[in-house]
Amino acid sequence: MNSETEMLREYTERDYQFGFVTDIETDSLPPGLSEEVIRFISARKHEPEWLTTWRLEAYRHWLTMEEPHWANIEYDPIDYQDIVYYSAPKSSADGPKSLDEVDPELLATYEKLGIPLNEREKLAGVAVDVVFDSVSVATTFKDQLAAQGIIFCSFSEAVQEHPELVRKYLGSVVPRSDNFFAALNSAVFTDGSFCYVPPGVRCPIELMTYFRINEADSGQFERTLIIADEGSCVSYLEGCTAPMRDENQLHAAVVELIALDDANIKYSTVQNWYPGNDEGVGGIFNFVTKRGACRGTNSRISWTQVETGSAITWKYPSCILQGDNSVGEFYSIALSAKRQQADTGTKMIHIGRNTRSTIISKGISAQRGQNSYRGQVKILKKADGARNYSQCDSLLIGDQCGAHTFPNLDIQNSSAHVEHEASTSRIGEDQLFYCQQRGLSLEDSINLIVNGFCKEVFRELPMEFAVEAQKLLEVSLEGSVG
Amino acid sequence: MLEIRGLEAGVKGKTILKGIDLVVNAGEVHAIMGPNGSGKSTLAQVIAGREQFVVSAGSVKYDGRDLLELAPDERACAGIFMAFQYPVEIPGVSNSYFLRSALNAQRRARGEQELDAFEFLAFIQDRMALLNLQDELLNRPVNDGFSGGEKKRNEIFQMAVLEPRLAVLDETDSGLDIDALRVVASGINSLRRDDNATIVVTHYQRLLNYVVPDFVHILVDGRIVRSGDRQLALDLEEQGYDRIAARAA
Ligand SMILES: Nc1ncnc2c1ncn2[C@@H]1O[C@H](COP(=O)(O)OP(=O)(O)OP(=O)(O)O)[C@@H](O)[C@H]1O
Ligand SMILES: [Mg+2]
Repeated sequence: MNSETEMLREYTERDYQFGFVTDIETDSLPPGLSEEVIRFISARKHEPEWLTTWRLEAYRHWLTMEEPHWANIEYDPIDYQDIVYYSAPKSSADGPKSLDEVDPELLATYEKLGIPLNEREKLAGVAVDVVFDSVSVATTFKDQLAAQGIIFCSFSEAVQEHPELVRKYLGSVVPRSDNFFAALNSAVFTDGSFCYVPPGVRCPIELMTYFRINEADSGQFERTLIIADEGSCVSYLEGCTAPMRDENQLHAAVVELIALDDANIKYSTVQNWYPGNDEGVGGIFNFVTKRGACRGTNSRISWTQVETGSAITWKYPSCILQGDNSVGEFYSIALSAKRQQADTGTKMIHIGRNTRSTIISKGISAQRGQNSYRGQVKILKKADGARNYSQCDSLLIGDQCGAHTFPNLDIQNSSAHVEHEASTSRIGEDQLFYCQQRGLSLEDSINLIVNGFCKEVFRELPMEFAVEAQKLLEVSLEGSVG
Repeated sequence: MLEIRGLEAGVKGKTILKGIDLVVNAGEVHAIMGPNGSGKSTLAQVIAGREQFVVSAGSVKYDGRDLLELAPDERACAGIFMAFQYPVEIPGVSNSYFLRSALNAQRRARGEQELDAFEFLAFIQDRMALLNLQDELLNRPVNDGFSGGEKKRNEIFQMAVLEPRLAVLDETDSGLDIDALRVVASGINSLRRDDNATIVVTHYQRLLNYVVPDFVHILVDGRIVRSGDRQLALDLEEQGYDRIAARAA
């Protein structure tokens, strides 16, 4: 890992410094959702009036909506009144006091992933007094970005410091009424990340949220907004390759990306939340809305995701290709093992002329995992010369798992050129025997074959992320055969 | 080195090998010939440890150890190599990465240092030359889209890199053109040493002109019906299995 990454990580790991005041006595609200709760959250975060109103309107709309059930997933009903929507960021003092108090299974995973001891403590939320020599380092780093006019901060900070940008773009890609979970997020989001790259600037480093969400609870309803102004370029990494302690079952994040003329956004995710145990108990329900708008001509948005965690994944990072010649890309690896269920895919909406999109989806199902690809390619009337290429491959390991694909095409312009390829294969006994005959263990053989299957997506990830993602797949697949 | 006694094996309740006795010593080359479906590939795969073939009787000893106790990868690490009659494709995995992983797995098992990508490339240079293998084949996915002949050449290339003690080559000559046959045969020959042994399964005497066997065995319906020296292969070519097998009976 290079030093810049290291710096950024240190920086993002610091305790949150803005937006919270000490004059309110309560640290947490009781479970339940109401207008009062939303007003409380907004007040607690010193939000301007317009944002409070924005949240309330989202909430009122949410009340009229129903939880969607069209996805190929099954779970017990969620009681939205049984969720705590606000608790002040926990300082690490509330966490376990030492690694001895941490779930041994989690520790075993850290060990397999090769995470250094001191980091394991941080990930597991152990109360450690980290000696921060890095404050100055972080400042240097922030100065470096600021010198180029790049804003990269927490969402709450952006609301305070750059309200005009937030107000202009918030909800402009994912409207509050977009869907049930987006509406809920809009009403109750607690924090997230904000990034603005000014015209002509190429962000010199990969921005990471990595360990940004230090507190177990603020990750639950995350809000991210990234704006790449004309001719700018940014690569953004979200996620964490190590599973973090997390007691929230429901996650409903919203991510909005906006690319203006000639701008380029690359958004990479590695999602590795707790998948639940072998019997399907516990585990995160992850209902995310991610969408990018290629507003400008020649703009480009590229989503790359590696989804190995969560009990349920409901996620369709999409691109609205509005600008002429704009490009949308979606590269995805989704793994469902144990009893995980993933329903994921993308939507490419071609509005401008000569817009192009590429979809590469790799689904891996093992044990009793269920994996669904759901994709839509929509080519509107005015999108002359639009092109799409989709490839959806499924790999099955064992015979108790399942793979499903639900591609949908909606083509309203006859000049469109659309190609779709799909395949389903099983890891063959002959392939395994071939690898083993050459000396590879059964597990190494499986990993090798799975990595080969995922290659086209790994190639899209930033180098160090790719290596970690590969390791993560290996850990997730452990014990899935044999 | 290899000692097979009264071996019976089959698949899905069907007996294919019906009592095989075969002893292979270090430094020897054995040829196994026999009609289609007689059990040659089955024998090769039982030696390599393919689980779908169930051994119902007999024993297989390798350097005095019970070979049947070992998993396929343990056998490979102990020096057993099988060139597949139908090499398997592994999409997305480059040939060189695959082979390096395999070599390193075996080196690890022997307590040797693993090779990094650069050391590996240096290590394989002369072996590639030996088999006249193009660089391009190294970077392509394992056997994916290889021609029949390229697959066979790649098998022997892997063998050259892995340097097994006991190599079982299942119809490696099938599908090779005349020049490729010569290249592959000289590859096999140059790997011959006093301390290793080779079993070649073939239908054609032609290969045996290049790779000269010490022993030839005729396998018919799961049994070795005759054994002899290289002359047996020549007789076989002239007279066919029916007469050779009949004479054995
Ligand atoms: N997996 C299997 N399931 C059922 N039958 C099998 C299986 N594998 C082999 N057999 C049968 O066992 C017999 C021996 O097959 P084997 O492949 O060993 O023959 P061979 O001597 O190598 O033939 P060839 O010269 O055609 O390669 C054949 O009748 C074959 O159909
Ligand atoms: Mg055969």
